[in-house]
Amino acid sequence: MSNDKKTDNNRKNDNTMLKLENITMQFGGVIAVDNVSLEVKKGEIISLIGPNGAGKTTAFNMITGVYAPTNGVIYYKGNKIIQNTPQGKMKKLYQGENADMYVGKHVIAPTPDKVTRLGIARTFQNIRLFKSQTVFENILIAKHMLRTSNIFTATFKLNAKEEAQMRKESEELLKIMELEDVRDELATSLPYGKQRHLEIARALATKPELLLLDEPAAGMNPQETLELTQFIGRIRDEFGLTIFMIEHHMDLVMEISDRIYVLDFGKSIAEGTPDEVRNNPRVIEAYLGGAQDE
Amino acid sequence: MSKTKKIAWNVGLIAALLIVLFILEQVMPSGSMLFTVLKKGAIYALVAVSMNLLNGFTGLFSLGQAGFMLLGAYTYAILTIPAASRASVYQYYDGGIINFAIPVPLALIAGGLVAALFAFLIGLPVLRLKSDYLAIATLGFAEIIRAVFQWDKLGPVTNGSNLLKSFPTFRSVLYPFIVSGICIALIVMLINSTYGRAFKAIRDDEIAAEAMGINLAHHKRLAFVISSFFAGVSGGLLAMYQTTIQASMFKSAMTYEILLIVVIGGIGSVTGSCISSFLFIACSEWWLRFLDNENFYIGSFHVPLLRAGFRKVVFSIVIMAMVLFYRQGIMGTKEFSVEAVYNFFKKKFGKKGVKEAGGTNEQ
Amino acid sequence: MDWISRNLPYLMAGISVGGQYALIAIGYTMVYGILRLINFAHGDIFMVAGLILVYSATVLPMYIAIPLMIIATVFIGFMVERVAYKPLRSAPRMSIMISAIGVSYLLQNLALYVTGGLSQQYPAIPWISDTITIFGTTTKRVTVITPFLTIILVVILVLLIKYTKIGMAMRAASRDFETSQLMGIKINSVVSMTFIIGTFLAAIGSLLFFTNYTGVTPTVGAMPGLKAFVAAVFGGIGSIPGAVIGAFIIGICENIIKGLGWTTFSDAFTFALLIIILIAKPTGLFGEKATDKV
Repeated sequence: MSNDKKTDNNRKNDNTMLKLENITMQFGGVIAVDNVSLEVKKGEIISLIGPNGAGKTTAFNMITGVYAPTNGVIYYKGNKIIQNTPQGKMKKLYQGENADMYVGKHVIAPTPDKVTRLGIARTFQNIRLFKSQTVFENILIAKHMLRTSNIFTATFKLNAKEEAQMRKESEELLKIMELEDVRDELATSLPYGKQRHLEIARALATKPELLLLDEPAAGMNPQETLELTQFIGRIRDEFGLTIFMIEHHMDLVMEISDRIYVLDFGKSIAEGTPDEVRNNPRVIEAYLGGAQDE
Repeated sequence: MSKTKKIAWNVGLIAALLIVLFILEQVMPSGSMLFTVLKKGAIYALVAVSMNLLNGFTGLFSLGQAGFMLLGAYTYAILTIPAASRASVYQYYDGGIINFAIPVPLALIAGGLVAALFAFLIGLPVLRLKSDYLAIATLGFAEIIRAVFQWDKLGPVTNGSNLLKSFPTFRSVLYPFIVSGICIALIVMLINSTYGRAFKAIRDDEIAAEAMGINLAHHKRLAFVISSFFAGVSGGLLAMYQTTIQASMFKSAMTYEILLIVVIGGIGSVTGSCISSFLFIACSEWWLRFLDNENFYIGSFHVPLLRAGFRKVVFSIVIMAMVLFYRQGIMGTKEFSVEAVYNFFKKKFGKKGVKEAGGTNEQ
Repeated sequence: MDWISRNLPYLMAGISVGGQYALIAIGYTMVYGILRLINFAHGDIFMVAGLILVYSATVLPMYIAIPLMIIATVFIGFMVERVAYKPLRSAPRMSIMISAIGVSYLLQNLALYVTGGLSQQYPAIPWISDTITIFGTTTKRVTVITPFLTIILVVILVLLIKYTKIGMAMRAASRDFETSQLMGIKINSVVSMTFIIGTFLAAIGSLLFFTNYTGVTPTVGAMPGLKAFVAAVFGGIGSIPGAVIGAFIIGICENIIKGLGWTTFSDAFTFALLIIILIAKPTGLFGEKATDKV
């Protein structure tokens, strides 16, 4: 126990934002993510790449609390936020590694909203905007979690100051994200590229420190992708963010990533700077051997 | 239109409406169908809006409304029957075990609170269920409540399956209007607050809402409990209107009627629910009455088919047609507001039209 | 012996009622399996079947009236789907459920109009309405026949679904509605066939049910309908054997509760059972788990 605490403290002192340790996700008999460990440091832009079905989005879903991992631990800013070990039926079914590593430690499985409140915000691969709401309202909704009002003070408008503050901040975000001109349009009526922008804006409205982007450039043309590349760099600096993203556009990935992790069939097969990864034979094999994306 | 001007308009209109109602009551015979429609319509408007808060704004398909109304109605009745009348009401149960009566407004609120308490308890397990499972579970819950209230072992409190009566009622149409009006205003204020936005986010996309830090369980429970509170209050009002109540009134057919009102008004529109509840009650109780009259002639032509029950057949065909071909309902998700009318007339007639806007307003 | 003769009637009634619920429940479970729709009107179609026989038996001999009733009921079931559900195929699920409630409302009001709100005496059907004596208990022959007839019909249905082309199409459609369309399955005829089978069984169910019942009223279908639905959920909606087993369990439990003198709670019990099963095992006894993709 004391040992545990010590290592926890050590982790707190360095500048690690997110750390996955031996994370495995098994659905029935299928292992989607297999004993993956990775680390994201403060201020970095880290990319997670790999062929389709490699388990990238599943990894995101575990970090954000959508799924509880079957085994493993996730730390955020040095604090253990998620921990699990194979249980119940899974005990027998489990085919991954380190099955006994976390036995006896209590399970930590926060719901996605709790993870977001810790400072981890995300976007979705298949855009999930609030479709009946306007662009402005989409952002304003994300401000809800920062409220100090309760249902009575909110209903009786005793939180006018806070409400005004929320609106002001949302307006500012609109400006930064270049969505001012479409402020009152329905979110779903925007062109695709703008919808992706809005998803990022909405995630930023929760004031995160760590931003998870799930294929932000999906469906964009080269010009839009180029703009997005600059844009991601800009928001990192402007909001002091750490960015962890899944992406298929290699131009974008190679241009802005500090480091890259490569997943294939759920396993982490390579890690390093863009140059290192580009020349890694295992990566080349994974991409050429499997579904080719580039 | 400035904010103060808007408030002034709204206050003025409400005052005008109440005055018109007051005058109508002085001039017209009190037995007029108009008052039946207005009283019942106001009560149904409240319960329809409360259901809309859940189904339309939070996206929770619940069919427990009749059960919560029953709780409100019974709580109201049990707490307000004057001690002197208890012996005759509870004649099979030695006058019952409650020997006091509390003031009417307190009893209405108590009715709401009892409904809210039950909603909280039932919500703990049930709200985890997805759309149609939630619907069937809440419907089942309403049936359980109905059975429990008819149980003779609870007779000293609920009077078993016998009627509850002799509790205070209202005579003026203003009463249900004011109570419902206040409650609906509260619901509207809630919907316009940051919580209302969170509810709509949950309706649009649960997963995204959760990713935006909205605690699903907490917010769903809030919506469920609040909706049930107001359903309970409307149950109390319904008891006052009916003058007698019995558990067997609150069947699932009642929930279906309220749901149809919500659909006709537009799922996600408060004013739509209000308008449609008056229309619904007016059609079912008044305007289509002639269809039940076997001896109905146009000139010397004896209209065929007409007899008791035909009204309801026509009515349900109209409803089916609306559900199928006019799915948006009367208002869609839009709201009727002074501002919208103002803008409409401003566009059409320039500045002159503004004054006329008042006349066409409100139901 | 004394104990048996005292309790046998309840058990037999339970099995018999269970069989009748089973025949209705299959309609629910098949429709839900394919359209994901709780067909609220199904119980009312069951009631209409009862009324049709009441009226046709007054003018026609029984051997014509019964087939006529079955054909008419099946036709109504078919028409309800074509008129009220088919136009809403692409609409949100709530709309189509509301349409089902609308149909239920319409059928009840229509019945109210036709009957004038009076309970209609169900005709005595020769042979199956006769009273017989088993183990010293007198009962109608229908009580004994029902479970056997139910099981025979279910076996035929299961074989039909397993070995015929339309059965295969039904299974495909319930697995994945969109994809089966792309694979060239004529979805409209599959859905129509589902309603035809469902209403056919409901018509047989009504024949058995009302023979044991005093009369037909416009709202008489609602309760058995809801209970049959609960049975379908209990067994795992979409599963035919599940629905049948669920129906027998509910029928028997309900009559045991009546036997104990708790008649007021026999309906409430069914719903309590529903809520318990939904919480403990939302997919029912034999249901399959479905997960949302994030």
